[in-house]
Amino acid sequence: MSIFSDVPQAPPVAVFKLTADFREDSHPQKVNLGVGAYRTDDCQPWVLPVVKKVERLIVEDSSLNHEYLPILGLPEFRSASSKVALGEDSPAIKDNRVGGVQALGGTGALRIGAEFLRRWYNGVNNTATPVYVSAPTWENHNAVFADAGFKDIRPYHYWDAANRGLDLAGLLDDLEKAPEHSIFVLHACAHNPTGTDPNQEQWKKIAEVMKRRNLFVFFDSAYQGFASGSLEKDAWAIRYFVSEGFELLVAQSFSKNFGLYNERVGNLTVVAKDNDNLTRILSQMEKIVRTTWSNPPSQGARIVSKTLNSPELFDEWKSNVKTMADRVLLMRDQLKSKLQALGTPGTWDHITQQIGMFSFTGLNPKQVEFMIKEKHVYLMASGRINMCGITTKNIDYVAQSIHETVTSIQ
Amino acid sequence: MSVFCEVPQAAPVAVFKLTQDFNNDQFPNKVNLGVGAYRTDEGKPWVLPVVKKVEKIIVHDDRLNHEYLPILGLPEFRSSASKIALGEDSPAIQANRVGAVQCLGGTGALKMGAEFLRRFYNGNNNTKTPVYVSAPTWENHNAVFANAGFEDVRPYKYWDAERRGLDLAGFLGDLESCPERSIFVLHACAHNPTGTDPTQEQWKMIAEVMMRRKLFVFFDSAYQGFASGSLDKDAWAVRYFVSVGFEMFCAQSFSKNFGLYNERVGNLTIVARDGDNLKRVLSQMEKIVRTTWSNPPTQGARIVAITLNSPELFAEWKDNVKTMADRVLLMRAQLKAKLQSLGTPGTWNHITEQIGMFSFTGLNPKQVEYMVKEKHIYLMASGRINMCGVTSRNIDYVAESIHETVTRVQ
Repeated sequence: MSIFSDVPQAPPVAVFKLTADFREDSHPQKVNLGVGAYRTDDCQPWVLPVVKKVERLIVEDSSLNHEYLPILGLPEFRSASSKVALGEDSPAIKDNRVGGVQALGGTGALRIGAEFLRRWYNGVNNTATPVYVSAPTWENHNAVFADAGFKDIRPYHYWDAANRGLDLAGLLDDLEKAPEHSIFVLHACAHNPTGTDPNQEQWKKIAEVMKRRNLFVFFDSAYQGFASGSLEKDAWAIRYFVSEGFELLVAQSFSKNFGLYNERVGNLTVVAKDNDNLTRILSQMEKIVRTTWSNPPSQGARIVSKTLNSPELFDEWKSNVKTMADRVLLMRDQLKSKLQALGTPGTWDHITQQIGMFSFTGLNPKQVEFMIKEKHVYLMASGRINMCGITTKNIDYVAQSIHETVTSIQ
Repeated sequence: MSVFCEVPQAAPVAVFKLTQDFNNDQFPNKVNLGVGAYRTDEGKPWVLPVVKKVEKIIVHDDRLNHEYLPILGLPEFRSSASKIALGEDSPAIQANRVGAVQCLGGTGALKMGAEFLRRFYNGNNNTKTPVYVSAPTWENHNAVFANAGFEDVRPYKYWDAERRGLDLAGFLGDLESCPERSIFVLHACAHNPTGTDPTQEQWKMIAEVMMRRKLFVFFDSAYQGFASGSLDKDAWAVRYFVSVGFEMFCAQSFSKNFGLYNERVGNLTIVARDGDNLKRVLSQMEKIVRTTWSNPPTQGARIVAITLNSPELFAEWKDNVKTMADRVLLMRAQLKAKLQSLGTPGTWNHITEQIGMFSFTGLNPKQVEYMVKEKHIYLMASGRINMCGVTSRNIDYVAESIHETVTRVQ
């Protein structure tokens, strides 16, 4: 008899199950449009040339060792990362009221931020503070905040399925009705999974309500640079909120824009009212980090830090990022054209209007099932496709499959 | 007004504050005997030659990329790490009832294990199960389990200050009188901070009571190979408990024995009754990992996996480990000899009887304060010193300082 005999089998994480099923599929034309990682036009993972270059620099640098990093992480990484999000000339940074916690990818940054808020925001250990996540959102948001101890996680209106766009009225209404001090998880750009972001005017409206109603701003920024190809453009919303005086958290991921998925490079940027508050916040962040991973891993942070802090490498990186963003834009363009040329029922403008890695196709669950089972094109049950999975070699097959699916299944 | 104005300043982690004070000290003969990291005889950090070699192999291997690892980590790392702990020919491994979760150092492994036990051990979400940690123990044990949700973290008798040895009677007494199913955190070898381990006979007695009273075995193994110089010797207790049939966890750290402190290489080895139970346990571990760091960092795990899985590199690594262990043993022998020849009051056998990185000197808080303030020798308030901080250059000063302290301060 085992002490674990009552432990139930947990269901697998959907996106990884999809990839597992894809791997086992022997169909010669199978396509994986599931998990969010960049692929080249040869459908291969891509180690950024600047990353390869910096890895060599690191291994040849005999002044580096493997001593523990500080609990909050590599200082030059933290400051460079926050600068990427807030801007080189950020007044908030100049005011010494911005800090960073190096974290394990975007997930780790969200988790540390959530743990901090649960302990210290809106009272002490107030697990009842509502946390709002967009409907739909990244599948892990809900669980990260729940495991941090929050008991009340709710959706806010976001995706208008009928109009295939942002449900601004619904969003604003939720902001007006949410209990004061509620926490809102906002996608900084390239919303996952819909690819639909508020425009600048819409962000301004959102900010106005949030400020008036004392709602807490927690940005999730996993695609900066990747969405439009421009770091500044992709950070506009964050910088606007900072300029409006919000205290806020930004969970940054360098998984996608540096292609460093497996080195777990993230940063929780903290914007506080002043340096005194920042100091106390960071001291409590240290306590949380200490009991979770003690101090963060070095390799990925070193790579990012070296790159961001060298003008030449920084330029090279921006160019690598643009390469990725441009390929995605090209595939969006071509997919829409092909669907239009095929006369596929429906409108397909959303494919080029949406930004970032993902497209919310609008395919319903039955259609998704058909795509997978009959066409061996793997996508999420929500209809989300990873544009990076599309290449010049498979785009015709993907377009034809969508066409066949939409015409066969309703 | 800040939403964070009530957030209190947290006290710094003692061992890092000590190093900070040391760094700020201008005294030319200062010595840092605080934080637990290996130092060469020049007082410098040491990147193991085998690590340097493997890092070069990795950077030149174009087949490697940065795609996400599986949630549970690099498979070849997990299996070879568990083999290190349980032995190449472990019957439990052969019976397919051993699994592992790649974690962020020893801390991450303890955290994952603790989170799992709080959810699934001894009922559902039973936060009241007592967790016993040794008195004294690593300063972070208590907080890791508390932050995982356990409400009742208690000390078990361990260190007999009078006799400067293991309080076996007290230990066994606590095992006999604690609530059934309590969780016990055992140090696999090189007990931190006392350097005092049970003998094989004493381990057998401990195991007998734990089995009879259905107590949960959670080993913390941070010094395997480092303590005695022999991997097998240092794993004797872990392997013994497996052989008598315990289901158990073992949190392994490769920070010290690979000198990979800042790459956060750890492994939670799980020994279950059978493959079926193991499978369900691992599926729940995935859920916990997913909301904490999503999937683990690659660099350190690759270095360890490549090393452990290559006979040549493995032999070279064991040699590097022995280098470190031998230097520590030499310093122990010499420090004791010097104190004895100085005629320093008290007995100093414990310096050579204790094993691993640390020595529990027996200095009391006043004496520790004297050492730090007057002699600029930095050690923990508990009297713990890191033997790795002792070198042939400073050993005379250290010995004389201890002598002076013990004779002047009572």
